[in-house]
Amino acid sequence: MPAVQETVERVKRIDVDQYRYGFETLIESDKAPKGLSEETVKFISEKKNEPAWMLQWRLEAYRRWLTMTEPTWARVDYPKIDFQDLYYYAAPKPKKTVSSLDEIDPEILKTYEKLGIPLREVAMLEGVEPKPGEEDPARRKIAVDAVFDSVSVATTFKAELKKAGVIFMPISEAIREHPELVQKYLGSVVPTSDNFYATLNSAVFSDGSFVYVPPGVRCPMELSTYFRINERNTGQFERTLIIADKGSYVSYLEGCTAPQRDENQLHAAVVELVAHDDAEIKYSTVQNWYPGNSEGKGGIYNFVTKRGDCRGDRSKISWTQVETGSAITWKYPSCILRGDNSSGEFYSIAISNGFQQVDSGTKMIHLGKNTSSRIISKGIAAGKSQNTYRGLVTAHRKATGARNFTACDSLLIGDKCGAHTVPYIEAKNSSATFEHEATTSKISEDVLFYCIQRGLSQEEAVGLVVNGFVKDVLQQLPMEFAVEAQKLISISLEGSVG
Amino acid sequence: MNVAVAKTGNGRAVSDLFTSAEGRLPGSPSVIAARREAFETYERLGLPHRRIEEWKYTDLRALVGEVLPLAANPDAAALKRAADAVKAHAIAGARKLVLVDGVFAADLSDVKALAAEAGFRTSRETLEKDAGLLTTAPTDAVISLNAAMATDGVVLDIADGAQLSAPIQIIHIATAASASAFTRSQVAVGKGARATIIESFVAAGAKAYQVNDAVIVSIGDNADVAHIRLMDDAPDAVNITSQFVTVGANVKFNVFNMTTGAAVSRLQGFFTLAGEGSELSVNGVNLLQKTEHGDTTLVVDHAVPNCVSREVFRAVIDDRAHSVFQGRIIVRPDAQKTDGKMMIRALLLSDEAEADNKPELEIFADDVSCGHGATAGALDDSLLFYLKARGLPEKQAQALLIQAFVGEAIEQIADDDLREHVIGIAERWLERRQ
Repeated sequence: MPAVQETVERVKRIDVDQYRYGFETLIESDKAPKGLSEETVKFISEKKNEPAWMLQWRLEAYRRWLTMTEPTWARVDYPKIDFQDLYYYAAPKPKKTVSSLDEIDPEILKTYEKLGIPLREVAMLEGVEPKPGEEDPARRKIAVDAVFDSVSVATTFKAELKKAGVIFMPISEAIREHPELVQKYLGSVVPTSDNFYATLNSAVFSDGSFVYVPPGVRCPMELSTYFRINERNTGQFERTLIIADKGSYVSYLEGCTAPQRDENQLHAAVVELVAHDDAEIKYSTVQNWYPGNSEGKGGIYNFVTKRGDCRGDRSKISWTQVETGSAITWKYPSCILRGDNSSGEFYSIAISNGFQQVDSGTKMIHLGKNTSSRIISKGIAAGKSQNTYRGLVTAHRKATGARNFTACDSLLIGDKCGAHTVPYIEAKNSSATFEHEATTSKISEDVLFYCIQRGLSQEEAVGLVVNGFVKDVLQQLPMEFAVEAQKLISISLEGSVG
Repeated sequence: MNVAVAKTGNGRAVSDLFTSAEGRLPGSPSVIAARREAFETYERLGLPHRRIEEWKYTDLRALVGEVLPLAANPDAAALKRAADAVKAHAIAGARKLVLVDGVFAADLSDVKALAAEAGFRTSRETLEKDAGLLTTAPTDAVISLNAAMATDGVVLDIADGAQLSAPIQIIHIATAASASAFTRSQVAVGKGARATIIESFVAAGAKAYQVNDAVIVSIGDNADVAHIRLMDDAPDAVNITSQFVTVGANVKFNVFNMTTGAAVSRLQGFFTLAGEGSELSVNGVNLLQKTEHGDTTLVVDHAVPNCVSREVFRAVIDDRAHSVFQGRIIVRPDAQKTDGKMMIRALLLSDEAEADNKPELEIFADDVSCGHGATAGALDDSLLFYLKARGLPEKQAQALLIQAFVGEAIEQIADDDLREHVIGIAERWLERRQ
């Protein structure tokens, strides 16, 4: 059956024309000369006051990048990118050295205010600490690291995090202040030679977030990074590194927006997660880069490498993504399940509209014993967009007892779009149990029957079940978008295809 | 990275394959020119390898290495052996068409009985005049190689409204060791016709040989056709088969493949639903052991609205065997009301067995119902325990569960006798395993 009217309208509400974050902030900025060369790499490194080893690392990546060719296997189509026609570094021009939030350029603060990002610790300063047990979710503490073009402009709640022993700072600062940690972990999950865009990122990354949670610490608040591309013709290359030491827990959220422009802009980020024994990392993304206009002009190319390494036994990494933006999305947040009994999760809602192209999914690589993974992916294609789920589940010969469950549904709205599913399922030992399914009828008949018997329609019942399934993850999204996302997930599954 | 391998592992030049066989290949100068062109395509591409997406899991360069020279025409001794094999593998009541080492053997075939009901020629006769048989879409390196080298095959023409009284069985027999057989056949089923085609691949004493077969099938409107393929080549043989099927309107087409032999096998089927209201059912069972590599790759293309396609596949993988299943369902923009389902389940019996599944969907229409499922796992311990608790020995309990597992695919065969025949093949495979 085709999509119901309600679904069509809900998706229309987030159509590309409705992009709300397309404004531009007029601000003077400091840019690296256009183009990419060893000089550019040195310029960025110098700007960041980096130690020599870091520059060396970058240069090695750059030299390797020169030998690599752009990958073409994804189901996306775009004109060739001229890597010499980009600015690789843009930073808001500092008025003077910033020591507190009040001294940050008010234009930037206004930008974040417009976006609804709480940079000032207002809620906490004004409000009364909620009594234990009756925590108001709207007042939950969230520490934010805001990245404007190429640099981090503000990081909130530093002091409180420090008390707990959590390090949360721009990665450029971490390179200077915690070189031993950065040196140990940077590139250990996504090596500099990993792929074309990851290598490019390794050479020219300008900023990003660094998180280290010491053993046994449960990070006292949500950590969040907000990325904003503002400048024209710039590429944004941020690098995020999160390390959860033994028995720790951290939840991290990233959000992104960009102004409406006619030209395409490149965003090639790298995110590395490391979870040691018994640690858990929850990583959520609300990706809302500018998707281009309704004629398919402009928009961000989102070519991102995200990978988590469950290095320790019983560790857990969970990826949640709500993808509505970008002209082209090309990313596969993955989990390497190295530790015994470790587990990985991937929850994704990818909505494409207009001329957007999405080729996204995940990789679950089972290496340790008794590892488990779960993949829930919902793709919704409307307008003239193409939405592809591409995923790999593989169990190594020694990964005995590996388990995976995958469900990926897609929904098409209109007859000009396409939805595709390309799963790779590789079982290399007999005790691996893999289930891949793409039919809604696989939701427990009992549960559906129970709901229908109480007066819900089949569709409402399915919506309720799916919503219940992902709810706990969606609730972690601390922005207003969580509400929107929740609405989207309850979108009817009627007419959905595997 | 399509680096052409100019020489094979044994130092033989790849082009020798064609030049040394050229004199034996049927065809007028223009047909030979088409063959040469196809061979040049193959030479340029070389054997498929893992960097070519469609061959990711079946790297012929690593698994096969080189294409063996064309088999000699079978001599009297070979035909004698082939006659024995025909006796052993003929399906009761079926009209036989026998190809020995890629050459049609009229003496072993039931040409006369068949001629009363269907038009028949050999591919050799057809190719003497017309190169049309050599063209297929899609094509790849192994299909091009087949076009260049095909020596013979059968061309069947089943007239509109014909109701065949008996199945037609095409039997491919290998008698020559360390050689290749290239066959290319064509089956055209007319409107409203009813037919059952069986294909068997067997060895008559041959070892380490290679088979490269291509079958072009077209089915007219309102026809009702069954196609059963039984591949039981020698345990050290290679079998690469490509099927090109075009289905008209309101057709019922039931396809089944059984793989029980060959060290390396690949069945690639390209099905196009070109007429509305048709039902396509493609099913199969791969029974693999030792170091066998069995690949089933299917593309089902819904080009028009209102068609139903079903795919049910089962793979049983023992020892160090490797099973590959790649299935793609394409729904074109206008193909509304398409109903496509695909289910692939792999059963791993050993810790060194491997199953790679890639069920793909490519959907461009919004009012469709498509789905796929894929599972991989071992036998259910609790079921095994139940049977053992009732006194069955381990192997027998396993056999019973495996039989039930593959039964789900075999029961899709509509014809009772053929279904029983296939069940028999599965049972014998399981007995051998014990």
